[in-house]
Amino acid sequence: MRAQFVLSEIGVGLRRNLTMTFAVIVSVALSLALFGGSLLMRQQVSTMKGYWYDKVNVSIFLCGKNDVSSDPACVKGAATEDQKKQIKSDLSKMDLVENVQFETADEAYKHYKEQFGGSPVAGSVTADQMQESFRIKLKDPTKYKVISSAFADRAGVQSVQDQRSTLEGLFNLLKIMNYAALGVMILMLVVALLLIVNTVRVSAFSRRRETGIMRLVGASNFYIQMPFIMEAAFAGLLGAGFACVLLVCGQYFLVNNYLVDHVAVIQFIGWDAVLAKLPLVIAIGLLMPAVAAFVALRKYLKV
Amino acid sequence: MIRFDNVSKSYPKQNSPALRDVSLEIEKGEFVFLVGSSGSGKSTFLRLLLREERASHGQVHVLGKDLARLSNWKIPQMRRQLGTIFQDFRLLPNKTVGQNVAFALEVIGKPRGEIRKGVPQVLDLVGLGGKEDRMPGELSGGEQQRVAIARAFVNRPMLLIADEPTGNLDPQTSVGIMKLLDRINRTGTTVIMATHDQQIVDQMRKRVIELEKGRLVRDQSRGVYGYQH
Repeated sequence: MRAQFVLSEIGVGLRRNLTMTFAVIVSVALSLALFGGSLLMRQQVSTMKGYWYDKVNVSIFLCGKNDVSSDPACVKGAATEDQKKQIKSDLSKMDLVENVQFETADEAYKHYKEQFGGSPVAGSVTADQMQESFRIKLKDPTKYKVISSAFADRAGVQSVQDQRSTLEGLFNLLKIMNYAALGVMILMLVVALLLIVNTVRVSAFSRRRETGIMRLVGASNFYIQMPFIMEAAFAGLLGAGFACVLLVCGQYFLVNNYLVDHVAVIQFIGWDAVLAKLPLVIAIGLLMPAVAAFVALRKYLKV
Repeated sequence: MIRFDNVSKSYPKQNSPALRDVSLEIEKGEFVFLVGSSGSGKSTFLRLLLREERASHGQVHVLGKDLARLSNWKIPQMRRQLGTIFQDFRLLPNKTVGQNVAFALEVIGKPRGEIRKGVPQVLDLVGLGGKEDRMPGELSGGEQQRVAIARAFVNRPMLLIADEPTGNLDPQTSVGIMKLLDRINRTGTTVIMATHDQQIVDQMRKRVIELEKGRLVRDQSRGVYGYQH
């Protein structure tokens, strides 16, 4: 197949359908940007959840050596081995508790590093400063109070925290936003596909003379269909390119230049996460319109 | 070369079939006129040859192949051995004469060198030497039909199918086109031509096949347009 011939045919086809091509590019760009954005948001949420969020409901933080002076709950000194054993056996006797895990200071440090690895606060923290804790999974997450009242005042316990209460609202909001983004994405995708089908129809009609002659002189089906498919794929590729630009701009302007400065406690996703999504966005932008065009050709182009 | 065995063709939503039980054979190198009034089945006959339609009953063999058994992806290969011309020329108005002919070779993936050599050669053959860069719109009807013939013949097909090629031309121009088709026939190419042009058929004295309401009613070597008793 002669590349120059095919390329010039694509150029002619796209220019003939300039308005339609523009619509395809915009709708593909928006749908893919939303798609990429929703993937990134999901990744952001899992970054924020950290190691324990999905695994436990309640954490009992124990007093460490450093807390004796700073925290009024720990004036009686750091938690002793006996106290830890007592807490553990009491916890395991409770019906409500599904399972209990003990997190040593070293493990706590490791998980902390994983979650906040890149942020400036992480550098100032050492393993000594980390607390030991019991991480508890409840059969009924709403019964947090039972654990709290049983252990909060015990010697050696610094605090009992309901993990979910602090972040659950935010995560629910993000989840809703994510679903909304996906919903709009699907709508835009449907719009893009319908536009492509229509573009192919118009294109096939306006080129029926050429394709008729091609058929007559024995051009292969592939050769006849190729320009249409390439047209759609090319428009899709342009759309995907714009979607990538939108995602990169979002990361640069919204996250790096705004959120990171204004919301210091959260570890945000970095460029690696964004860049990792771009090939997927481009692949979808290229393949989906091509497949749509191919399907549309079955209907609108006799071969 | 071509064989019809009891071929019938009916289209959906039409009561009477377009072809009924047609059997005939056309040998390599023959020149055949296909005559009959409008709606007699001439077009259907040609469409079956090109495998634009499939026969409802019976078998159509073209170039030694049973078209019913030919799988879809092999059809283009089969059509490359056929040349086709029409009453309305079917040229691309935005391409030059040379590009129109070259288009037929480009889309079947012929190498560029072959195209550059073959196009002027075939244009010379049809009497359009030197008009390579003209646009179809600048040419007379007869010249446009010559371009169409050049495009059909550039690939040196075994069989040339002509659907009323002189239908839009004045008698004098038609004679020129017929001479050209005759010359192509003499190179060994089989020519099948559907026509309403009585004068031409009577002059050429070639084999005449007449269809009427889808039936083969006459098959006469060295025949004329109307009945002769």
